[in-house]
Amino acid sequence: MSELLSDNSVALKDLKDLLKSHFGADVIDTAYRYGELTVVVKRESITNVLTFLRDDAGCLFKQLIDICGVDYPERAERFEVVYHLLSLKHNLRIRVKVTTDEETPVPTAVGVFNAANWFERETWDMYGVFFADHPDPRRILTDYGFEGHPLRKDFPLTGYVEVRYDDEQKRVVYEPVKLVQDFRNFDFESPWEGMQSILPGDEKAEGKA
Amino acid sequence: MSEQKIKNMTLNFGPQHPAAHGVLRLVLEMDGEVIERADPHIGLLHRGTEKLIEYKTYMQATPYFDRLDYVAPMNQEHAFCLAIEKLMGVEVPKRGQYIRVLYAEIGRILNHILNLTTFALDVGAMTPLLWGFEEREKLMEFYERVCGARLHANYFRPGGVAADLPAGLLEDISDWVDQFPKFVKDFDRVLTGNRIFKQRAVGIGTVTAEEAFDWGFTGPNIRASGIAWDLRKSQPYDSYEDFDFDIPIGKHGDVYDRYLVRFEEMNQSLRIMRQVIDKMPDGPVIVQNNKVAPPARADMKRSMEALIHHFKLFTEGFHVPAGECYAAVEAPKGEFGVFLVSDGSNRPYRCKIRAPGFAHLQGMDFMSKGHMLADVVANIGSLDIVFGEIDR
Repeated sequence: MSELLSDNSVALKDLKDLLKSHFGADVIDTAYRYGELTVVVKRESITNVLTFLRDDAGCLFKQLIDICGVDYPERAERFEVVYHLLSLKHNLRIRVKVTTDEETPVPTAVGVFNAANWFERETWDMYGVFFADHPDPRRILTDYGFEGHPLRKDFPLTGYVEVRYDDEQKRVVYEPVKLVQDFRNFDFESPWEGMQSILPGDEKAEGKA
Repeated sequence: MSEQKIKNMTLNFGPQHPAAHGVLRLVLEMDGEVIERADPHIGLLHRGTEKLIEYKTYMQATPYFDRLDYVAPMNQEHAFCLAIEKLMGVEVPKRGQYIRVLYAEIGRILNHILNLTTFALDVGAMTPLLWGFEEREKLMEFYERVCGARLHANYFRPGGVAADLPAGLLEDISDWVDQFPKFVKDFDRVLTGNRIFKQRAVGIGTVTAEEAFDWGFTGPNIRASGIAWDLRKSQPYDSYEDFDFDIPIGKHGDVYDRYLVRFEEMNQSLRIMRQVIDKMPDGPVIVQNNKVAPPARADMKRSMEALIHHFKLFTEGFHVPAGECYAAVEAPKGEFGVFLVSDGSNRPYRCKIRAPGFAHLQGMDFMSKGHMLADVVANIGSLDIVFGEIDR
């Protein structure tokens, strides 16, 4: 196991240097942790980077494993779009990231990998990230006529509407969510161990003093 | 006679169709009986698993993975546990790893029996289904004996497995491994060479290696296109490197090859299971660190510290160091991956589930173009689709 990890650390470091030398300032950041390489690139250059990764003899990342979004509401560009690629030839994985916000579109990767089509549709559906020039920008997982993007951190777990079959109208009706019990979200931060932040209420004492 | 304009017909296939393998709504644009375009509408089983997981502790989130691909539940848990272990730097004891491999292979056989027999049913052969489900039932009893549930096991835990094998189980699994080849042989004789079956399967839905790469195919579907790629071999996890097995590959990438590859994988899984049973080491099955894994029940009766650990684990749960990682397993359907982002708290910040079926179903359009309506059924059956994991 450890042998395998050390093997891929050398290969991934070479890959990182190759990307840096080829794309220069387009590569914003790189990280190597847990035996995985993460490369953050500029949004505009994502299709170039993906094409290079797919076609260059030193990369040959021919398979797009996954595209997904991650939401960090406190950041200026709140969404990360994460691409996972796999190279069968070199037995390597790489993670490429771009950042965006609610308005700025990300260039679509469908031209590079056909598999990107549904993954991008899912990211659009779940996070509301636009993909420019996407051939089929419909929602994919949510209901027909659904509003909002459920995996955003500011979207409540319970959602806004609920459905039920109405026996009088003989059809399914949509209604605002009514919770029998208040939504409970427990705060498990323990004062005993591992807590770095101040306790709720402590800031008042500071202010008084 | 005046010239008539012929319009393409649009046909709704599903969502309630027995051959759709779940709630697949397929909108087919057809020219007569020939498919021009297939547009799968998915999401009818969308339960928001990824959102729910963000509101659960790591240990509470594991059962959600049973409910993804409910045909082979433990293989899904496996990927999630591997991701957590990677972030926490936990090493699973050898016996725990071997038990995981044993049950992952049981899951693979469970999955392949279900897929191959229902696929045979879709194209007209009923007998294999009746035989196969008897074998599945025996395997699910092994699930039940080890964790108490036939389907939703929650047996793989971060750091190992929930409990050791009960007395006598290993011998019974060993007996089953000895008698299962008889079923495989019968199944082979009734179906593999069957003329009617071959007429429905050979040359249908051909996928070249290039197409398989482009559409993100993994698992048996890419192996049927001639690519010898198996994560158990190329990126071994949990002691798979200790076992000797072959990777079956196909030549043509059609429906029949996908059937053959899955068929041979059952034999290879049996080989792995036999080796696991023979080599099964002694020792603990879960990591001996009470900050990650709960203490033994008996300890809790005597030790105050064990009681506190148990209480903390099942209320607050463990904290996972901040970071992100991707862990993948060779699930029966293909590469099942979990992209886990942790912010250092007791809940996942983001847990993206990469389901193999999602990518495979996407290929439906190009695979069924130019085929007949009846071939769509064969195609769906050979892709091995379960909606629990596609819709999540």
